[in-house]
Amino acid sequence: MLHKPFVVAALLAVSGTAQAANDADLAAIRSQIDEMKKSYEQRIAALEQKLAQAEAESKDKAPSPASEKPVASDSGQRTTLAASAAFNPEVSLILQGQYAQMKDVPDRTITGFWPAGGHDHDGGKGVSTRGFSLNHTELIFSGGIDPYWRGQAILAVQDESVEVEEAWFQSLAIGHGVGLRGGRFRSGIGYLNEQHPHQWDFANAPLMYTALFGQEASFRDDGLQLKWLAPTPVFLEFGSEIGRGANFPGSDTNKNGAGAWAAYAHVGDDVGASNSWRAGISYLKTSSGDREADFVDTAGLQAQGLFTGDTATWLADFVWKWAPDGNPKYQSFKLQGEYFMRKDKGDLTCMDEIGVGNACATPLTGDYDTRQSGWYAQGVFQFTPEWRAGLRYDQLDSGRQNLGVNAANLVVNDYRPKRATAMVDYSWGEFSRLRLQYAQDKSMSGITDNQWIVQYIMSLGAHGAHKF
Amino acid sequence: MIRLLMTLLLAAVSLPALAALQIFATVPEWGALAREIGGDKVSVFVATTALQDPHRIQARPSLLAQARRAELVVATGADLEAGWLPLVIHDSGNANIQPGRPGYFEAARYVTLRDVPAVLDRAQGDVHAAGNPHFQLDPRNLLTIGKALFARLGELDPLNAQAYLDAYQAFAGKWQAAIARWEKEAAPLRGMPVLAHHDSFVYLAHWLDFKVTGTLEPKPGIEPTSGQLSTLVARQQSAPARMVLRTAYQSDGASLWIVAKAGIPAVLLPFTVGGTPEAGDLYGLFDDTVRRLLQGLQ
Repeated sequence: MLHKPFVVAALLAVSGTAQAANDADLAAIRSQIDEMKKSYEQRIAALEQKLAQAEAESKDKAPSPASEKPVASDSGQRTTLAASAAFNPEVSLILQGQYAQMKDVPDRTITGFWPAGGHDHDGGKGVSTRGFSLNHTELIFSGGIDPYWRGQAILAVQDESVEVEEAWFQSLAIGHGVGLRGGRFRSGIGYLNEQHPHQWDFANAPLMYTALFGQEASFRDDGLQLKWLAPTPVFLEFGSEIGRGANFPGSDTNKNGAGAWAAYAHVGDDVGASNSWRAGISYLKTSSGDREADFVDTAGLQAQGLFTGDTATWLADFVWKWAPDGNPKYQSFKLQGEYFMRKDKGDLTCMDEIGVGNACATPLTGDYDTRQSGWYAQGVFQFTPEWRAGLRYDQLDSGRQNLGVNAANLVVNDYRPKRATAMVDYSWGEFSRLRLQYAQDKSMSGITDNQWIVQYIMSLGAHGAHKF
Repeated sequence: MIRLLMTLLLAAVSLPALAALQIFATVPEWGALAREIGGDKVSVFVATTALQDPHRIQARPSLLAQARRAELVVATGADLEAGWLPLVIHDSGNANIQPGRPGYFEAARYVTLRDVPAVLDRAQGDVHAAGNPHFQLDPRNLLTIGKALFARLGELDPLNAQAYLDAYQAFAGKWQAAIARWEKEAAPLRGMPVLAHHDSFVYLAHWLDFKVTGTLEPKPGIEPTSGQLSTLVARQQSAPARMVLRTAYQSDGASLWIVAKAGIPAVLLPFTVGGTPEAGDLYGLFDDTVRRLLQGLQ
């Protein structure tokens, strides 16, 4: 009986344009709906009455001491928990945007370092956009798949593109401290690498991460991750990964097998109730085939360089957190620092792709080997529940850049990029934050860029737990 | 020499049998309850202290290390630990403590939650979809939770099932007598209107039949604002509250402001085991809570 009006309604909707229902039909439907409404209203009223009665009864009982039965009994009457009862995955959305004021530099790179974006210039998009702009809007889905697996997907939405930032499954049932993950994920190397931009304490990533992995400031890979947590009272974790290795410093190579692998170890513990720390060391090996970037030849003309070879990256990371009695609600301090050393080894081919008549009009291939390093250190102090302030210092060293025979054709910049950053941010609660940041950026040779950024980070929905 | 080897061998063989059941309790009250029922058959690690806001705990490396070795996780549930526990459990590499397995125990499943929001909207602050998770302050809840916990301990450790049953029965008897005593002592609190920093005392108020007429936080999880505090003080004229309550982990600033303006006492309640020096165990928790409330009334 109850289905009838819906069927009628559905039919109406389907036939909508074809034929208008006559007034008599409509009147019949209206009366049926009214009937339904009435019957539901009556039922609700009856339920409300019952509830009121039950409440009154329990109130009468409440003051009588001792003998009263516990609020709920265990006899199968387990409360249904709204949050976990639904099958829907947890969904959250991160809104992030900024106002930036900085120098107009057409192709921002870090002097002395291979530009991670190749010669695919972003045309002022991304972190170096001036004025008002939107950062990535992140859409996060996560949930259990079955008793053995859980999964998570993070979609980064930007104008005209949706990027699959992460999409992975994780094992739950292997045990013995073993965790297996597969799909696309941020690698477990370093400390900041796994964190998404909304978790960063500054509006942009440390220079070191931009130099290592490009604008995204994280090494992501399609592959497998195997971790083992030792059964010790001190946190001791070992991880290894293999993957496609398509992202910088690797490049997409059409081949079977893995293009990148990584290994790392983390150790951490508490010191009293107020302090906790984690330290780690990581190694990442990637291979490239014709990884491309723009160079400048000795005459000042644009030239293209293609690198084929292997890149080995070492990272060391450390983070220390303090809060009085371990309660970070009112005050806390976080100190973090990381160091890297990277070596490229292979061949560099110098070319003149656009035909500007540079020194490499006939392509020339020679040795290429580099050894570069850098570090950052930052501290963030939260002095009230709402306010935090932080300082960060970045420094890189372009180090050894041996271009073999191409040293005669291409300009090699020997430089130590530096940047100092200060920020202050305000959080209304756990889900909204506004940040003001100032940086003096000397990452490009000959340019001192004073950058101001106002940034907001808001999160909607079921926001999951963050890593330490 | 042979005797020494034999002794070592025997020790090695008997070690697993002697080893206590490893329990990971998220908050002090469940650690204390597990100790009451488990006695020396269990070894309890408590992830947080009474001085820490249970909503704001981070997934510290040490917690991962402990969860890796745990045989049973005893959690509150109802999203209280949503900011860290799911991560710790997923990343622990420990199959036995995953939700849905016997090694995962959620106390919220055994009690009726109060203040279940009709509308889920963060405009209402940091609301818990399942209801208010601070149900440890109704001691009657500890009986039902304890009952479910001893059954779970017996399931995980059948050799000691009888010991858990006996311990629970002993606890339940003593606890019921204690509840009767607290209810008698707390009779003067009936109907008393109070203010609270956060919705921490909903179950305590329901049990002892006093009324929380306002919270210093304008919405759950949002810090007290001067506007909210002024409204509460203004309301003292028409509907005066008798005291302002807070837990050991909440700052005293907002409470003391009310004290200065409205002339009512601020009362710190232990909230959980360890919140005050007197609240050393579950009995101490309620002894001290009732004592401090009565003191505030004078």
